[in-house]
Formats: sequence, structure tokens, C-alpha cells
Amino acid sequence: MPKVKVARKSVSLDMTAMCDMAFLLLTFFMLTTKFKPEEPVVVDTPSSVSEIKLPDTDVALISIGKDGRVFFGLEEQGTKEKMLEEMEKKYQVTFNENEKHEFKLLPTFGTPIGGLKQILNMSTSERAKVNQPGIPCDSTNNELKDWLIFARAHNQRPLKIAIKGDKDANYEVVKRIIATLQEQNANRFNFVTNMEAKPSSLPK
Amino acid sequence: MAEIDSSGGGKKKGGKKRAKKISTKIDMTPMVDLAFLLITFFMLTTTFNKPQTMEINMPDKTDKKDEENMKVAASRTITVILAKDDVVYWYQGDNDPTTVKVQKTDFNEQTGIRKVIVDKSSEIMKASGKDAVIIIKALDNSKYKNIVDMLDEMHITNQKIYAIVDVYDTDKEMLAVQYPGSI
Repeated sequence: MPKVKVARKSVSLDMTAMCDMAFLLLTFFMLTTKFKPEEPVVVDTPSSVSEIKLPDTDVALISIGKDGRVFFGLEEQGTKEKMLEEMEKKYQVTFNENEKHEFKLLPTFGTPIGGLKQILNMSTSERAKVNQPGIPCDSTNNELKDWLIFARAHNQRPLKIAIKGDKDANYEVVKRIIATLQEQNANRFNFVTNMEAKPSSLPK
Repeated sequence: MAEIDSSGGGKKKGGKKRAKKISTKIDMTPMVDLAFLLITFFMLTTTFNKPQTMEINMPDKTDKKDEENMKVAASRTITVILAKDDVVYWYQGDNDPTTVKVQKTDFNEQTGIRKVIVDKSSEIMKASGKDAVIIIKALDNSKYKNIVDMLDEMHITNQKIYAIVDVYDTDKEMLAVQYPGSI
């Protein structure tokens, strides 16, 4: 009887399809990815059951650090340019072209207008090391109010205002910011929070 | 692993010279490895969870008409005062320092302020047929987390009417008398 021979099959398989898919996904993720902008302050947000998402654009983000320092962040570059021009007029400071360009690229800042020049002239790595003192927002000197007014006036679409506070920030600072917003009739704003599961049952 | 087809090497005599047939198959394993590595990287760095937000609507300060509409029966109101160290004080009704007894509780999920609000709002619903009005006041030394948690409780317990209000001096006096050291 002749031996039954098992036909040898090639182990190499066609990877073209897999490869296509891998690159498709790769392209997708590369194009959609947005790197986290460097933040001058670490904010540990409290969690809530709210499920509303924050939009990507047209958001003025007011961050509050653990120690009560206030930062202002905005993505729209055109708005920021005009904002800075208005602030120049109001506070009698001038910025050169290079500083204006740096300001447009700066996602978040937290210095009084007097100290902004110094921050803008730093390199990115230097800026990350320095401790920015926060934007003044008390009743005697409320620069945050001016930033907000100019941002809202010059943004092409309605600006959403989001407050991103550290969970250990004192409510006093939050209260001041809410008062600042209410003064200019911005009665609708958002608190940025982390996600938390909603409890399934209520206590009886 | 590159596969090079070397067949047809045997009969070279005479016939036409043909270019060696080279297989078009190339080994894609390293390329796929790399592609998946990059996919993994981008997937993990993508900010998946966009931040959640809570929408807050404050009343219009300039609009006086609102204020008149806001007047509600004091018996329907529950005032919640957020204080330091995650302590919550609450009372029902008017803030009359002579009659009101301020209660103390916390953010415990079973026994804390959530239970108070669930119980009291159903009580008010039964008595008046209307929703309870929750007034949230936060002392300056409370934390931002407290107010977010409190708003969260409103959401969880499905309260329809609630407002964030500044702390009145009478509230502070009441706390100072009934709970010394709380302010």
C-alpha cells in the first residue's frame, strides 16, 4: 500500500488585507488625534454623573488651580489676536510682532497683563517650569473680566464658557469667577468634570 | 523569508533567454508589525474621553421680573449650606434664627444629604403638590468639589428647581450659634 502523503502547505499567508486595514486605522488615528496642549497648571477635576460633552471649538476655558490661581485658555487664534490688541489699548502695554505670534500659539496663560511679556519671551520648556501667578480677578483688579469681554466680543461664533476647577480649590475663587461672569450677563456656563457612574438606586 | 522564485534554472540550453521570474510576494510581517505598533500608540494617546461638563444657568441679575417670580412659599424650600471638611448643613423653611434648627450631615451616599433630599422633597410633594425648591449656599471655605457634588445630587435625585445663592449673614449667624467653629 502506498503511503498517504500529506500535502505540504505553505505557511506564508497573504497579509495584504490585514495590512490595508492596519494602515487605514493608522491613518484615521493619526488624523483625528489631537495632542493634549501643555497646561501650566495641574487641575484635578471632580467627578459628576453629567453626560454632556464639552465641544472642541469656541470654548473659553477658565482653569482654577488647587491654590486658587486662575488661568485663561482659548483655542481660536484670530480671536486671541484681537483680544491682545484690545488689552494693549486698555492697559497701555505694547507687544511686538514676535510676542503677538507667541500669544496666538499659547493655549493657556495665567499672568497679569504686566507679566505676560516675560512669559511670551520664554521658550516652551522654560515656560513649563515657571510658576505663573494667575490672572487677577478680584473686585479691585479684574483682568479676567476684560479678557472675557474681549474674547466674547471678537469671537465669530458664540463663545461657550467652561470653568475647570480643581476639586480642592476654595469656593471663594469660584464665587468670584461666577460673579465676574454674571456681571457681563454670561449666565450660562459649564463646569468641567470627570465621568462617574450614576448610582442605580436612591436611598429609601 | 523573502521568497525568491528560482524555478526554471534547469533548462537553459538553446531557448530564449528569459529574465528570471521574481515573485512579487514580499514579506509584509515587519511592516504590519510597525503599523499595529503605531495604531496602538495613537489609540492610546487619543484623548478618548472628552471632558464631561455640567451646564449651569444662573438667573439674570439685571432682570427684575425674575426676582418676583422667584418668590415661593418658604415651607417648600430646603436650604443646603456647604461648609469646610465636606460637611453639609441643611434646614427647611425660612431662615428665622429663632425657630430654625440647622441639621448637620455629609455626602454619604446612603445616609447623607441625598437621603435628606429624597425624603424631604417627597414630603413637600405630598403636602403641597409642588416640587421642592433647593437652595444651595456655599461658604467661602468649602471646596469646589462640594458644589459640584451638590449639583450632582440634584441631578441624581431628579430635582427640578434648585439655585445657587450667596450665603446670607443670618445663615452665618445661625451656624455660628448652633455649630460653633463651623465657619
